[in-house]
Amino acid sequence: MTATQKRVLINKIVMALSTLSALIGLGFLFWILFILVSNGIEAINWDIFMFEGAPPGYEESGLKQALIGQLIIVGLATLIGVPLGILAGTYLSEYGQRSKLAETIRDISDIMMSAPSIVIGAFVYAIVVIPMGHFSALAGVAALTIIMLPIILRTTDDMLHLVPSTLREAAFALGAPKYKVIIQVVYRGAKAGILTGILLGVARVAGETAPLLFTSFNDNFMSTDLFEPMASLTVTMFNYATSPYEDWQRLGWAAAFILSVFILGLNIIGRLILLTKKVK
Amino acid sequence: MTKIIDNIFANATRLIAIAILLITAWIFTVLFQESLLSMQTFGLDFVTESKWAPNLEKFGAYAAIMGSIISTFLAMVLAIPVAIGVAIFLSEIAHQKLKAPVGVSIELLAAIPSVIYGMWGLFYFVPIIRDLFGGLGIGMLTAGIVLAIMILPFMAAVTRDAMNTTPDILKESAYALGGTKWDVIKDVVIPYSKAGIIGALILALGRAIGETMAVTFVMGNVHKVSLDLTQPATSIPVTLANEFTEADTDLYFSSLFELALILLVISFTIISIAKFYFLRRKRSVK
Repeated sequence: MTATQKRVLINKIVMALSTLSALIGLGFLFWILFILVSNGIEAINWDIFMFEGAPPGYEESGLKQALIGQLIIVGLATLIGVPLGILAGTYLSEYGQRSKLAETIRDISDIMMSAPSIVIGAFVYAIVVIPMGHFSALAGVAALTIIMLPIILRTTDDMLHLVPSTLREAAFALGAPKYKVIIQVVYRGAKAGILTGILLGVARVAGETAPLLFTSFNDNFMSTDLFEPMASLTVTMFNYATSPYEDWQRLGWAAAFILSVFILGLNIIGRLILLTKKVK
Repeated sequence: MTKIIDNIFANATRLIAIAILLITAWIFTVLFQESLLSMQTFGLDFVTESKWAPNLEKFGAYAAIMGSIISTFLAMVLAIPVAIGVAIFLSEIAHQKLKAPVGVSIELLAAIPSVIYGMWGLFYFVPIIRDLFGGLGIGMLTAGIVLAIMILPFMAAVTRDAMNTTPDILKESAYALGGTKWDVIKDVVIPYSKAGIIGALILALGRAIGETMAVTFVMGNVHKVSLDLTQPATSIPVTLANEFTEADTDLYFSSLFELALILLVISFTIISIAKFYFLRRKRSVK
């Protein structure tokens, strides 16, 4: 075999292996999606939205408490985390820019974004659950807010950075004060990007389970009291799936399906917003 | 008047941004304080002792630390070649029309919450491992594989992004010299994006070591170091997830907090290395 033939052969082998890797990756994706959909569709019915959790073997059993708990916990974390994250990101992009402080905050947020979420749970346990004396929805909200903050901050920072400085200069030239330039010009220019960042941030924390295990804990019954433990889809899914009862496991799959539809939906909408923005 | 509002706005944003630093410092301080009792009681023995017996008030983290290291190592060994393969496929091989759908699919796979990977692992993967290797099907091997599948999409996406930074003109020059695709990848793309690829792999490592739910389902939470990978084992996050709500004494709690602190320090170190040495962002000046 000549050197060239050898190179061509090796090339073919590597190309085949890479394509195989991609097929393996996609294979797992479709396997997991298939299982989610087939188990989910089988498990989903109106009862799930109508009834609270019930002991195994009980007919009228559902996920109402988990669905509402999930909405409350993730919703509150979003309400607190998003404005704070946007303001902090605004500081980095518009005021701090390349300063030492801004760069440090960027680095630390990047690291915190990848920090194990269970550790955040332990931290919130120490500062909220121990002083209160018991688990509470508020503790869960605190944990998710801390996880969401650096995500929103970094995307806002990046998106504001993309707004052309000529837009700012034009507004300044008209005599607008800086805060007005930021709110009326810069935010408007970065609207699509920030919105996408928010959707992806919410999708990220909506799937969090570990930090909720010992903050908001769980409740098999409907509760809207923020000072008491509250059910969430993820923790309910964990508890039901690891239980030995088949009807609980079925509810676990229903929860998994609903959560995946929600998270994948947010991801797809987020991408579409960016895409349509780019085309224009 | 506008001057005052301007000032308030600027300072409010600065204050909130600085709060991120304070929260980070607060997390370390609180975990450290809560671990003090355990540190004073066990000292360095905590990390070398493998006996974890809550009923005897004896806590050693060796099994959990080793479990974290072994399961993460296993996951990395399995995921790295496939992830690099996927990245090469996406950045160099795939037809333009395939790139977007396959790339988005891989990214969506990364968005699925880890609790679902764990559940899928428990119901669909554990039986396969049980049939193939015997034992309960729960243990280090299953945990390593599920973890590998879980970090694969993230690893592939970041590696692809690193490879995509290679300027076309460099690749075109290499093709013009008669290089095959693999020649170009091996001699141009990989050397050019080496730092980014290593950074991507280390970042994935940082994620894997702190990943909780994907492994909690399939690890078993048994505090024993066993050379047999099909035996139930534990890791730091698995211990935390399983035992935090069960702890009933101060020393038990303190030991769990020390585990959390160790995990945070490990992950902070790993991610910092990835960020500062390999993924240093170059931001254009506005």
